[in-house]
Amino acid sequence: MTRETRETVVVLSGGLSHEREVSLRSGRRVSQALRSRGLEVIESDVDSTLVPRLAALPGAVVFPLLHGEAGEDGALREVLDLLGVPFVGSVGSACRVAFDKSIATTVVADAGIRTPAQVALPHEIFRELGAQALVAALGSHIGFPMMVKPSRGGSALGCSKVETAAELPSAMVGAFAYGPVAVVEEFVEGTEVTVAVVDRGNGPTALPAVEIRPDSGVYDYTARYTAGATRFLCPAEVSDEVADRCAEVAVRVHRELGLADLSRTDMIITADGDPVFLEVNVAPGMTETSAVPLAIEAAGWSLGEMCADLVQAAALRGARRPLATTNQV
Amino acid sequence: MRHPCLVSTSDPRPSSAVRPVAATDHEEKVRRKDTRLDNYVDRYAARTHGMTASAIRALFSVANRPEVVSLAGGMPNIADLPLDAVGSILNDLVVGNGRVAMQYGSGQGEPMMRDAICEVMRLEGISAHPDDVTVTVGSQQGLDLLTRIFCDPGDVVLCEAPSYVGALGVFRSFQCEVAHVAMDEQGLDPVALQEAITALRAAGKKIKFLYTIPNFHNPAGVSQSLERRMAILEVARRADLLVVEDNPYGLLGFEGDPVPAMRSLDSDIVVYLGSFSKTFAPGFRIGWVLAPHAVREKVMLAQESATLCPPVFSQFAISSYLARHDWRGQIKVFREMYRERRDAMMAGLADHMPAGTTWTVPAGGFFVWVTLPPGLDSQAMLPRAVTARVAYVPGTAFFSDGFGSRHMRLSYCFPTPERIIEGTRRLGEVLKYETSVHETFGTGVRPSVIMPYEAPGANQN
Repeated sequence: MTRETRETVVVLSGGLSHEREVSLRSGRRVSQALRSRGLEVIESDVDSTLVPRLAALPGAVVFPLLHGEAGEDGALREVLDLLGVPFVGSVGSACRVAFDKSIATTVVADAGIRTPAQVALPHEIFRELGAQALVAALGSHIGFPMMVKPSRGGSALGCSKVETAAELPSAMVGAFAYGPVAVVEEFVEGTEVTVAVVDRGNGPTALPAVEIRPDSGVYDYTARYTAGATRFLCPAEVSDEVADRCAEVAVRVHRELGLADLSRTDMIITADGDPVFLEVNVAPGMTETSAVPLAIEAAGWSLGEMCADLVQAAALRGARRPLATTNQV
Repeated sequence: MRHPCLVSTSDPRPSSAVRPVAATDHEEKVRRKDTRLDNYVDRYAARTHGMTASAIRALFSVANRPEVVSLAGGMPNIADLPLDAVGSILNDLVVGNGRVAMQYGSGQGEPMMRDAICEVMRLEGISAHPDDVTVTVGSQQGLDLLTRIFCDPGDVVLCEAPSYVGALGVFRSFQCEVAHVAMDEQGLDPVALQEAITALRAAGKKIKFLYTIPNFHNPAGVSQSLERRMAILEVARRADLLVVEDNPYGLLGFEGDPVPAMRSLDSDIVVYLGSFSKTFAPGFRIGWVLAPHAVREKVMLAQESATLCPPVFSQFAISSYLARHDWRGQIKVFREMYRERRDAMMAGLADHMPAGTTWTVPAGGFFVWVTLPPGLDSQAMLPRAVTARVAYVPGTAFFSDGFGSRHMRLSYCFPTPERIIEGTRRLGEVLKYETSVHETFGTGVRPSVIMPYEAPGANQN
């Protein structure tokens, strides 16, 4: 891993998802970090000029920092594979599973990891069966408070905590504004932590957990991207034993979902010290107010070192073909 | 090599020997990072507390992409400006007079600029002396200076309902309370104005001024008739109320001559804000304040402490443009171009809006104000619109008090007529789908959370 090369890195950020702004911030920060390590960085948006641009850069490694759809649902990564372009991160098929909360939660639960009780419902089913009856059933099955989220998407966009049955319809409308399927989950009370998993070529390892304490009590878009609005503790203020459990959950999620290079698992630690999986991110935020850079620092690295190592590992690995990965999930 | 700070389940039971931080609790506390990622978080002034990230505003970053038809921004379309003519004017300016044009200048603004501003204002019936004009960095800074010299925290500013989002931002940053006053199809309602003044004063509030946009209102798209202006001024005079008249679009009317400005009807109680941003180009950042002498003195001193002097080079550039180019003819060109876009917007809305949707018909300016069928929430719907590659500004941006969710502002200034039609088509689809979601769940929409900065930035189309 000490090869003296000057890879060209294409940092992809922006895109047309609802998280474009966040992605641009992540892209800027990672680009600067890579440049500080002497790498040649080209920052690129995702549009019709991307494919010819990549074709003109043989040997370049792509670092996708696209959040939300296309970036995290695997579509763009499938394209990178088709083009034979090496890239940092998980392959498309794994992303497709990880990005969709309704699918990822099921896979993770099947692996024996604790998850919240969850129901995933498309808008059409409410229309066809009648919202009233379904809303009542959700109330009795999941109970209050509950979380309503779009099944695909990040940055807590479209998510709400619902305390009473009366609030549920508008929360559903809010989630459906971001996509056709919503998940309704049991609200898990406890300490909110997020754990990054990094694989620099010798197996996935968890970084110290970051504990998240938003001033408002809710880690929503404003709490995520307003500097100062959230208190972060890294490593999390939990016992060694609990920290180990969190690390173990994050690494298992990474392995179970067949993720590569970098992931971040969000979880809640219950009062009895049990981590509950909430969701996993294949392109975790790298903004100035994101958790992963804090975890990297707590692990004793700089963001630049870490990202440069991931780029070098991706370069050594070379192109991955989609067919070679079909058995990963 | 594995870093000692890592925990790995490749070793199935990670031992505390590979814990991230050192052996003792004491050391662990020392090495735990406890941060808000902003070292100054406890030191900001109270007036910055509302300045937070907004998911709605972040969506406008997508709106600026060419794939999206943005009916959200207020950027003037300056594609038709004769850039070769402007270029030669600027060349002559730099070569012939650069040493003066690039020097510091007068805090009140350059004399020839203020002369020219008086000439421009004559088109709307205003007779003013150049000494009463203070040049500002866009009329936005004029509003900032006026609020700075008049308003203490807690003072009340009366605004139309809805009002210009950029003005609400200024008032909020000076910790003013905004009281919205109802409008009808002729703009601000004088009866509602009188009622608001009476009620607020009875409640012990200090009203500092009325902020109004009489022509081609942003966002409402309506204009005050001459009679309406007189009625509003009559209420203001009786109540001893200062009126701030913001008039960026007055010369961009599609029908007939401009209605006389409020300032032309009363020079004692009206402070007038003007701008070259829409009649020439916004990049120069030149606007102005026309105020009674005592106010003008304070505006000028406030301007000196804010900027030393407004941009000198821009003032020379605009003065040369006005002197050497047929600027009146250029405004006519702009008017025709915007009229065509307004027509496209009207046609597109008529074709594509679902039943129960209504909108204003602007006789000038940039904006249409749309009222959605009951139950729909324009703010909650915006992500769906962005997914469908069309953007608008939710009505809530134009209220300081949580209202407006049934409304949206559509702009027709920047996209071509074809794109405007396509935008309304996409918007129609979005509304249709949203209606079906609401039919499924009933119309119990959440009260929208109001943020002060939920509109596109000035550089967004």
